[in-house]
Amino acid sequence: MDGVHDMGGMHGFGKVVPEKDEPVFHAPWEGRCLALNRAMGAIGAWSIDEGRAGIETLPPDVYLASSYYGKWALRLQNMVIAHGLAGADEIASGHALRSGKVLKGKLQAADVSRTLTRGSYGRTPQSEARFKVGDRVGAKNIHPPTHTRLPRYARGHVGMIEAIRGCHVFPDSIAIGAGENPQWLYTVVFEGRELWGETCDPTLKVSIEAFEPYLEPVKGR
Amino acid sequence: MSHDDDDAEHHSEMSEMQLRVRALETVLTEKGYVDPAALDAMIEAYETQIGPHIGAAVVAKAWNDPAFKRALLADATKAVQSLGLINRVGDHLIAAENTPAVHNMIVCTLCSCYPWEVLGLPPVWYKSAPYRSRAVNDPRGVLADFGLTLPGDVQIRVWDSTAETRFMVLPMRPSGTEGWSDERLARLVTRDCMIGTGLPESPQELA
Repeated sequence: MDGVHDMGGMHGFGKVVPEKDEPVFHAPWEGRCLALNRAMGAIGAWSIDEGRAGIETLPPDVYLASSYYGKWALRLQNMVIAHGLAGADEIASGHALRSGKVLKGKLQAADVSRTLTRGSYGRTPQSEARFKVGDRVGAKNIHPPTHTRLPRYARGHVGMIEAIRGCHVFPDSIAIGAGENPQWLYTVVFEGRELWGETCDPTLKVSIEAFEPYLEPVKGR
Repeated sequence: MSHDDDDAEHHSEMSEMQLRVRALETVLTEKGYVDPAALDAMIEAYETQIGPHIGAAVVAKAWNDPAFKRALLADATKAVQSLGLINRVGDHLIAAENTPAVHNMIVCTLCSCYPWEVLGLPPVWYKSAPYRSRAVNDPRGVLADFGLTLPGDVQIRVWDSTAETRFMVLPMRPSGTEGWSDERLARLVTRDCMIGTGLPESPQELA
């Protein structure tokens, strides 16, 4: 979806302000919030891309005004309600009012180290890759109203396949409950001037990780 | 808006979120979906075990051991795994090497993807709108926010983490560190130099 989360190239957000000696969490609730989200993910309550979509579909004013973990808390609340895992009335009252659904297990403290490793999204290819390293490709001018990982700033622009990263779960499919639908994944590199025009720093190159359905062949080299 | 108003707004988000997260934890625990002891263990791991010291050890090893550096650039997941610093490294970790001609920077414009296993949790600025918006079209401006100016002819390469591949920067080894041990070199390797918004400390600063 063309939401405010798709920030690449937007103006007006100001300077980057690093914080000296930043703590891992700025308040205890941030750690609880992260762990709650990860614990629900670890038992497969929803996929990583459904989770991302859950953040992208927050109202834009809420998205922009909330902190990172603030967005995670709102997403968690919306997701447990949407998946029928808890009711809004229960969260409002602060206690369970009905018994829970049966899920596949519960994350135990002894299994936490397993969750510190990122999930694996590579899948066995079912077909040959359409593109090879060095091919010129166009990022399609698409605007799906649902979750996608093709940033707006790349759409309609021509880049080059720099690397083939294997076949991966396709976020656009799994986020809408349409299965993993694995697709080839490429690193596609663009000249800065192709993306941003003639006033762009000529020394800039930007790459995206692009799934095959995002790309189309371009003639010539 | 005055600074005080800003603070008040910040505090009200804090208390509202504190209450909301507490309610969620209680409900999800009572429903039987989560175990608070597992949450404690996870928080402790991120506060005490996982952090940029892991990436720093990887970089230092690459500076001292050419065979390891080749392995790291060929398949960072496998190479980092071989060091045994962490349980298991996730798939598709990629190391991007800085050279005198190319400076690499990592961003996630769509959310905040970051190589947690080697750098820990991302800093607030990495997840912020200013960084996510500007890294891809004004990276030199972003570097200036960090007090860093690179020569005008250095190519800037920005990696937007738009899939389940993860990136870390392999910075250039500072001069004047010949013969240093891995442990001593690792102390020069900052989190920011592995994101690409900084350079390693100079050996003089350490001394």
